[in-house]
Amino acid sequence: MKYIPHTTEDIRQMLAVIGVDKVEDLYAEVPEELKLKQPLGIPSAQSEIEVRRIVGEMAAQNKVLVPFAGAGSYDHYTPSLIPYITSRSEFSTSYTPYQAEISQGTLAYIFEYQTMMARLTGMDISNASMYDGATATAEAMLMMVAASKRRKKVLVSSTLLPEVRQVVQTYAHYHGVEVHVIGHQDGVTDRAEITAALSGGDVAGVIVAQPNRFGIVEDLTGLADEVHAAGALLAVNAVASTLAVLRSPGEWGADIACGDAQSLGLPLNFGGPYIGYMCVKKALVRKMPGRLVGETTDADGRRCFVLTMQAREQHIRREKATSNICTAQGIMCLWVAIYLSLMGPEGLKEVNDQSYAAAHSLHDALVNTGLFAEAFPGKPFVNEFTLRFLGEEGVPALRQRMAKAGFLAGVVTEGEPDCITFAATERRTPDEVQRFLRLIQQ
Amino acid sequence: MNSTHYSPLIFELSRPGRKGYSLPASPWGDAFSVDGLPQTLKRTAPLSLLPEADELTVARHYTNMSNNNFGVDTGFYPLGSCTMKYNPKINEELAALPAFTELHPAQDDDCSQGSLRLYDELQKALSEIGGMSRFTLNPYAGAHGELTGLMLIRAYHLDRGDTKRTKILIPDTAHGTNPASAAVCGLQVVEVKSTPQGTVDLDSLSELLGDDVAGMMMTNPNTLGLFETQIPAISKMVHACGGLMYYDGANLNPCLGVCRPGDMGFDVMHINLHKTFSTPHGGGGPGAGPVGVRAGLECYLPNPQVEFDAATGLYRQVFNPKGLGQITPHLGNFAILIRAYAYILSLGSEGMAEAGTMAVLNANYIRERLKDFYDLPIDDVPCKHEFVFDGLREEYGGAHHDASHIRTLEVAKRLLDFGFHAPTIYFPLLYHEAMMIEPTETESLETLDRFIEVMKQIAKEAHDTPELLHTAPHTTPVRLPDDVKAVKDAKFTYTPPQPQ
Amino acid sequence: MSQVIEGLYYSESHEFVKVEGEYGYVGITDYAQDQLGNVVYVDMPEVGDDVTAGEDFGAVESVKAASDLISPVSGEVVEVNEALEDEPELINKDAFGSWIIKVKLSDPSELDALLSAADYGKLCQ
Repeated sequence: MKYIPHTTEDIRQMLAVIGVDKVEDLYAEVPEELKLKQPLGIPSAQSEIEVRRIVGEMAAQNKVLVPFAGAGSYDHYTPSLIPYITSRSEFSTSYTPYQAEISQGTLAYIFEYQTMMARLTGMDISNASMYDGATATAEAMLMMVAASKRRKKVLVSSTLLPEVRQVVQTYAHYHGVEVHVIGHQDGVTDRAEITAALSGGDVAGVIVAQPNRFGIVEDLTGLADEVHAAGALLAVNAVASTLAVLRSPGEWGADIACGDAQSLGLPLNFGGPYIGYMCVKKALVRKMPGRLVGETTDADGRRCFVLTMQAREQHIRREKATSNICTAQGIMCLWVAIYLSLMGPEGLKEVNDQSYAAAHSLHDALVNTGLFAEAFPGKPFVNEFTLRFLGEEGVPALRQRMAKAGFLAGVVTEGEPDCITFAATERRTPDEVQRFLRLIQQ
Repeated sequence: MNSTHYSPLIFELSRPGRKGYSLPASPWGDAFSVDGLPQTLKRTAPLSLLPEADELTVARHYTNMSNNNFGVDTGFYPLGSCTMKYNPKINEELAALPAFTELHPAQDDDCSQGSLRLYDELQKALSEIGGMSRFTLNPYAGAHGELTGLMLIRAYHLDRGDTKRTKILIPDTAHGTNPASAAVCGLQVVEVKSTPQGTVDLDSLSELLGDDVAGMMMTNPNTLGLFETQIPAISKMVHACGGLMYYDGANLNPCLGVCRPGDMGFDVMHINLHKTFSTPHGGGGPGAGPVGVRAGLECYLPNPQVEFDAATGLYRQVFNPKGLGQITPHLGNFAILIRAYAYILSLGSEGMAEAGTMAVLNANYIRERLKDFYDLPIDDVPCKHEFVFDGLREEYGGAHHDASHIRTLEVAKRLLDFGFHAPTIYFPLLYHEAMMIEPTETESLETLDRFIEVMKQIAKEAHDTPELLHTAPHTTPVRLPDDVKAVKDAKFTYTPPQPQ
Repeated sequence: MSQVIEGLYYSESHEFVKVEGEYGYVGITDYAQDQLGNVVYVDMPEVGDDVTAGEDFGAVESVKAASDLISPVSGEVVEVNEALEDEPELINKDAFGSWIIKVKLSDPSELDALLSAADYGKLCQ
């Protein structure tokens, strides 16, 4: 076995030092009835050539579609430098940077990542990542409840992605948090319902989405003030990439920004690994889950970085910790840091501009076919939008037909079975849009 | 790793007007611009701190930064409970196949058959290895798996109308994540004492059992690296009171191909793919924490689940109404699952057992050769994949009652000077100067011997020249960062120097 | 050797109470600060909160450890030591001088269950 270096002679020598005759003797205390009597029922060892063939054949069974879909997974371009650097084993094979002296690489890129995310979201402090946008939102909910001390209710807008709400609901159910789902009016969070719910004085926090699951950019003017006046906190779940052009959670007055940063150049990867982000106002730092890198100096006065504020974390606080999270998405912080370094403010704006143009072109072209109507007319969007399908074949048949032709025709809008939420990025071309349109009209 | 420190941050290499990206000229004409958004919705805060840099500057920056880092490919990690084994490169290459990476999670199942099949094949292999009936591969990390497993235990009790089971029993040697996960799951943690031999105290356990116990979380071998030989009796006791047994898979490595949690009486377990199944740690993720259950509990696994439909010959994602809920939007950190599957194929049935036993051989070899230098509290049984020293022996300056004794932290820092990562220190909490060593099976005898020689040398230094240890490390890119200042000054983001 | 002061009441979890009239000043002992090392943060309740004997009311954090603060007495918090917000290290400099909360004692008989300086001194040996 090429991953195990022991020769027969090595083993003999080591057993002699230990003072036992055979390897099995090292398991002498394990009760006999617990020991496997036959080999594991899994295939025998495969050579590298065979492994490549087996897994390669599985890959070949996938049919990659051209996505006109987002719903939390956006097909933005990944500059080639990123995987090249992130696969450097100095980064990828390293452990969590507890030993700061030999982990300055990891710590420095996390510090850069934290800085960039805090800037992008307009918040004071970013942690060193959460698993994904859904769990980041669930953790934001737990954090708001913990910060309020006595209140156990959280308002969650129905315009968050259904998968995100599901995860939030699961965490809430087992933790004992009451989730009050706020309905929507015309695709936008029902503010009157929030006002009414806040009046009970028992709400710990409010979570809204930006842009929301229909693609609509919501106007959150006045929301933070209203939430704060009721003694609650505001969390905004935002699609990271769009924050280059949209008013940021910080500008809306949010206390917590959380969500997925997959849109910052991470591959679709069938749903993971992505990277959840969480950024907060300074006052909440000790309530924040996850790891945090801070700047300090070493014995020679040089600037360096360490994991800090660890007293919040599970390995010290055990059941009193702010969360159980330890390993999060590590190297994906590096991915995002390189992406933002390459794109810079201009590149990020251009990605948004081209995605905006692609999505709006697609939107207008689809409506012009007469087969689609705007689900929520006139609402502003960036790169994602929702249309009602008027064709007789129905949404499932249409999506299937388009899949056969190589296109992912959006996602079915939750609660609106005849609606589809489409998305487009800078990777889509006019030619793809034309082919897509022709096929739809067939 | 360099001993010189590469110190700039990307922000300091930024120059206005440089760019590191290229995009096609917009093919969409001038009809649409993001500037057309309503003013109130537009960002007004400047993005000016995002770097502006050309591609080479960025490439060189991060390459130089990587030289400040230590990884498995750089050197040996004797890091207890972390199983820092070699991360095979074929796994990386396969996970990067475009047919995997470009797959959108919203694609219908019939277009994602390869990925769904891989998921199911890995699920089946883990079930066989763990002695379980079925696994979900959705959880993103070990701690996420723990949380999922505990939710599942609660879902099971609640489904049976048994609402009063709110306590979870956890040994005092457990990983800190165990009680933290229990708390997030809304369970009350009850600590179970260990015997002086470091295993669960059955008398103490029996006093805690009752109809309010949801279950018990254990790892076996435990965090001292000792096999809990009483495990069949423990399982029986917990089951008799109506609780379920949860297996923390952090220490699964020595069991591979030798024994299985399912056969020990565990009902629910998680596995850290980034430990036992060789996927890279990535400096703290992404990992994966699959959760397995014994027969009868499958219906409570989180949604979505992957099933093979014999009628159509297709794999499909299903949502089980009894499932504990969703803990992920999709099927977890899928690219990590590909790596673990490739690893299992490479090792196969025979390689699995070889990995487990060689990990144990390596640990016992180090333990035996260092126990005259470091204090080994438990010596009467072989350890499994790891073991714990309680600091240096008294004759090498480790006397705990002496306020000026050489501390485990100092030994750990001195190790860095010799190109080794430090062991896990000050855990488990049972010992004051705990130093937990886990070599894994992928390290050669020569590497172990070199480590042993260095550890002996450090013990001698502790006796002869303690000053060397007090001031260690000496050759690393930075030395002794000021942790207190990091908390008190609390700088979590870069701030550019103010112009004078 | 850490310091123990006569006339105070002590808990086994290393808090002290200094009684003045109907009020008790609660803090952590010199031994506790020594064990924790550099204190970097004190998590305190708010004025008006009620604390209960035997239950935690906050935490003291050092760089690599955190310790719950267990109240030795019950009552209403009438004052918190705001100086600790900016200078938590005062606890290291003078643990007994740096009380954390001032409590209006609701049940002074609880003091009888606490340790004397002599008994506490033995506990710390």
